[in-house]
Amino acid sequence: MYKRFGKKFILIAILIVFSLITAACGNSENASNGKAKGKKTRELLNVSYDPTRELYKEFNTAFSKHWEEETGEKLTIKQSHGGSGAQGRSIIDGVNADVATLALAYDIDAIAESRKLLPDNWQEKLPENSTPYTSTIVFLVRKGNPKQIKDWDDLVRKDVSIVTPNPKTSGGARWNYLAAWIYAKDKYNGDEQKIKGFMKNLFSNVAALDSGARGATTSFVERGIGDVLIAWENEAILSLEELDKNKFDIVAPSISILTEPPVAVVEKNADKNGNREVAEAYLKYLYTEEGQEIAAKHYYRPRNKEIYEKYKDVFPEVKLVTINDEFGDWQKAQKTHFADGGTFDEIYQK
Amino acid sequence: MKKRKVKNVLPGFGLSMGLVLAYSSLLVVIPLLMVFINSSQMGWSGFISAVGNHRVLAALKLSFLTAFLAASINVIFGILLAWVLVRYSFPGKRIIDGLIDLPFALPTAVAGIVLTTLYSKNGWIGKFLPFKVSFTEFGIVIALIFIGIPFVVRMVQPVLEDLDPQLEEAAVSLGASRVRTITKVIMPELTPAILSGFGLAFARAVGEYGSVIFIAGNLPYKTEIAPLLIMTKLEQYDYAGATAIAAVMLVISFAILITINFLQMRAVGRVLAKGV
Repeated sequence: MYKRFGKKFILIAILIVFSLITAACGNSENASNGKAKGKKTRELLNVSYDPTRELYKEFNTAFSKHWEEETGEKLTIKQSHGGSGAQGRSIIDGVNADVATLALAYDIDAIAESRKLLPDNWQEKLPENSTPYTSTIVFLVRKGNPKQIKDWDDLVRKDVSIVTPNPKTSGGARWNYLAAWIYAKDKYNGDEQKIKGFMKNLFSNVAALDSGARGATTSFVERGIGDVLIAWENEAILSLEELDKNKFDIVAPSISILTEPPVAVVEKNADKNGNREVAEAYLKYLYTEEGQEIAAKHYYRPRNKEIYEKYKDVFPEVKLVTINDEFGDWQKAQKTHFADGGTFDEIYQK
Repeated sequence: MKKRKVKNVLPGFGLSMGLVLAYSSLLVVIPLLMVFINSSQMGWSGFISAVGNHRVLAALKLSFLTAFLAASINVIFGILLAWVLVRYSFPGKRIIDGLIDLPFALPTAVAGIVLTTLYSKNGWIGKFLPFKVSFTEFGIVIALIFIGIPFVVRMVQPVLEDLDPQLEEAAVSLGASRVRTITKVIMPELTPAILSGFGLAFARAVGEYGSVIFIAGNLPYKTEIAPLLIMTKLEQYDYAGATAIAAVMLVISFAILITINFLQMRAVGRVLAKGV
């Protein structure tokens, strides 16, 4: 008898816990809806990737000021940073981002595809492929360039050891890989076998494949691993500024890729939060003179020609190729190069 | 009245059992089930191709092997540490005793970064070593030893404290040699604790990500651990593929832990049988 009684209790307890949880979820949803409708200061959430932290800190202050002057409305902009892929996943899993500013279009495509939070043609909504600022891939070498590294060709030399993040875990590192690919394609006139051979030699020189860009920089700078770090230009210049200028040099290769970190309004979230208008204005402001100037100050290449001219000395001259020219688009590049069984896996095949 | 309600001596079984089941299912069973449900979406052929390729197998082998090695080393030095802490007194003993738990408190990423710095070629320890430690399999084992130390020590310590030194004195006075005293008197008492310490340290090491990722170098086929491959899949938004690897790790770990538990139960049984 007591056994049956016990079972009943078990069931009841489970039911209570479940109903409490569902009730709690329901409540929190209501609460957030109510807040959006209330007349508090408006809040905007920008979900971004790691190296833009300082850039958006400055840009947010500038934009809030501009918005208040225009509309009289107070605006607080929150920013969230992490690995680009992880940030993309967090939006897919429900982080209430109004705008996404990530390292590559593939991550925003994933949001459009799996949750339909924004239309598939999101990249046409803003000028220049929705990329207000760009960068490129360069080499960071030790002071005086003891191994005489000048171009991608030097990276496949037997005596050179390389540090780069893993393209499989770091969105930014995929640009590194594609930049090397572009060089090899140019050199071997598109002979696929030879390009793969070049990439294989290059990656066999890799001493450490860190999971993210900052980790790779630390391995190279602090641990003294490797002769060359393949890095984003803005990260490389920043490391020179932040770290010891007398310890490292930047080497620009003859040809590289134009890295385009895109921005987009996460439309469904912004509509739900009543933030559509301000989110759109926020991203458009990135293209204004002030926005471009801030990007340039944080070592991103501005799209605006005049401002680029003004900061020209900062950016070394490199022949730049876009991903659309060489690889079609990110979906295609991802599929041929980085998906399981793609060329990156191939060059590591035993 | 045909059946009389039998009252248990301890009250509240029904309610507490209900809570235990609800709590453990919400926090353990359902999350773990999700791993299998998620990976079952891809079907058998997808599952096999996600986990059956050389790279995944190499990573799984590396993960389990380094975890096993680290846990074994932790057993040897864990016993030694526990022995010294229980049987001897020396200045600073309390501090060392407290330090043992530190790997629990430290964020594993910090541990990883610190170990990498120390053991890299230009690090304080690494520069005296003739071989490379950071960015090799050695590095992984070192990180796993670090995070696993407390388990063995904290399992063995209380048992040693309860173990009466008179037992050893009796053994010696009856003519047993040192070795015989250790193997026949002390070890049988310690075995269950050692086994569960080993099991915990091993289990912790298999799934470790934060500390290893910095020291491993993460080269495919060489120093790429299985949890990194899970992250790799997630980075491609391949949830099913990621959970497939997780499911394989879960099953293997579960099998190993069950075996250890079984050995432990036998060891406990032997101790009890001898005690009677």
